[in-house]
Amino acid sequence: MRRIMAALLLMGVSGMVMGQQKSAANKPGATPGAGSVTASIARGKVIYQNICLACHQADGSGVPRMNPPLIKTSFVLGDKTKLITIVLKGLNDDVEIEGEYYSNPMPPQSQLRDQEIADVLTFVRNSFGNKASAVKPGEVKAVRAKLK
Amino acid sequence: MNKFTLATVALATFLTSFGPGVPGTTLKPDADNAGLKLPSGFGALVAAEGLGHARHLTVTPEGDLYVKVEGTRNKGNTIWYLQDSNGDGKIDKKTGFFKYDGTGIEVKGNYLYASSNTDVYRFKLNDKHQVIDTNKAEKIVTGLINRHQHEAKAFTLDNDGNLYVNIGAYSNSCQIKDRTKGSLGMQPCPILDSAGGIWQFKADKANQTYGDGERYATGLRNVVGLDWNTQLNQLFVMQHGRDQLHDLFPDMYDEKQSAELPAECMYALHKGSDCGWPYIYYDQFQHKKILAPEYGGDGKKTGGDHIQDPAAAYPGHMAPNAILFYTGTMFPEKYRNGAFIAFHGSWNRAPEPQKGYFVVFQPFRDGKPAGDWEIFAEGFAGPGEIKSPGQAQHRPCGLAQGPDGSLYVSDDVKGTVYRIIYNK
Repeated sequence: MRRIMAALLLMGVSGMVMGQQKSAANKPGATPGAGSVTASIARGKVIYQNICLACHQADGSGVPRMNPPLIKTSFVLGDKTKLITIVLKGLNDDVEIEGEYYSNPMPPQSQLRDQEIADVLTFVRNSFGNKASAVKPGEVKAVRAKLK
Repeated sequence: MNKFTLATVALATFLTSFGPGVPGTTLKPDADNAGLKLPSGFGALVAAEGLGHARHLTVTPEGDLYVKVEGTRNKGNTIWYLQDSNGDGKIDKKTGFFKYDGTGIEVKGNYLYASSNTDVYRFKLNDKHQVIDTNKAEKIVTGLINRHQHEAKAFTLDNDGNLYVNIGAYSNSCQIKDRTKGSLGMQPCPILDSAGGIWQFKADKANQTYGDGERYATGLRNVVGLDWNTQLNQLFVMQHGRDQLHDLFPDMYDEKQSAELPAECMYALHKGSDCGWPYIYYDQFQHKKILAPEYGGDGKKTGGDHIQDPAAAYPGHMAPNAILFYTGTMFPEKYRNGAFIAFHGSWNRAPEPQKGYFVVFQPFRDGKPAGDWEIFAEGFAGPGEIKSPGQAQHRPCGLAQGPDGSLYVSDDVKGTVYRIIYNK
């Protein structure tokens, strides 16, 4: 089961990479590789440093019992819709992760563009020991539309 | 008291100081001083460990401990009653009770007071300061605000039947949108009506809420450490200063300034004190009250002429979680009536290295801080630089003084209780 999932995930990632490269290539004047996962992670890192790092820390470990860690948690690795929703709407609730509770409110980050949210989440999902598929701007757009 | 009586008292204190005492057992520091670095002549031992997220603690006249625990989400025991039956300093009896998470705990007279994040309770004690019925908690204060931020209701009591409860502001700097770049401060800040200050209640009246109490001091963002100074008959508190000057105002503050500012402040309160949050903060380099950027400040403009000055100021974000005026006789004379402060350790200094994670001594003279603060106990967090708070192995949180003059420090990472003694 695990192997099949891993294979599916891999196909998903490579499919996405190819898809994004294609769309980037289609756009006139786009920087080479701008749509690749690697480029998305690089852009996402800068956004993380400017917006997320103060609370979630440089190593993604968060602050004990205040700000949730971003290391291999189901929030980060699981359902992307849920993850995108947290970024857009913020969070003001007690969150349980591996038996510990985190209570500090997170302000909404809806001022970020779809591409920026996709980049920062792709960075988070592929840093701090995490490995998960990229988040695409289209996915952010869809969630944002539903929330409105 | 003449010299002879003094000597007798001192001798008696020495002989009876180390718990009930069993022949052949003596109190001695652990070989590694419990991993702590201390001034010469001091030693430390691990009195207890594995208590969970141990917040504040209190010691009975018999030398037994009550430790308040949080983080169980009201599922586990949140008060531990600890005893050392043979006087070797190591806890060998432990019982748990009470189901509400929270920070504050204190034995006063024949009652044990403890707080949840909304209420303050008390338990009746017997003549050995043991809880008579752990299922019988009397609710003294109820219905205090809890909005997931600064929710711990730390408290202390005076000697005239009053209870002082911190109600932390559910906000960083009272912006219209909390912690959001570009959002201005609310004018006036509506949070101050029900939070952001110290409320005074009666220590012996059941079911009090806002209307029964009095806002004793305002303009305090969040206070976890507070102590009643019996020598001055005055309440002292340690404020947790605001976060994120750089994140919210990158044009005015760089990351280094944002790591150091604002100061974590000690205030000597009186009824009606206003310490200025959210309108101003204290800059320990300029020695000035600076207008908060959410209220038109630029890092230089001063503000709040009517606002009380801090009694002392410390580097930013170190999170003072306890203050204790030392009245014991075990430690050398210089410590008497001075203040120990437990700095839980910062998180809002990233990407700069974190700071704190130690216990500080602040000398006092004639009732005022006198001279520079000094690190008294460090090494809680473990070796090396702390980049993020999750790396800290232990974090000092609560302080208490034993009947023999020992200083107890609780750790809310792994629930270790340290006992610091002087042995020269």
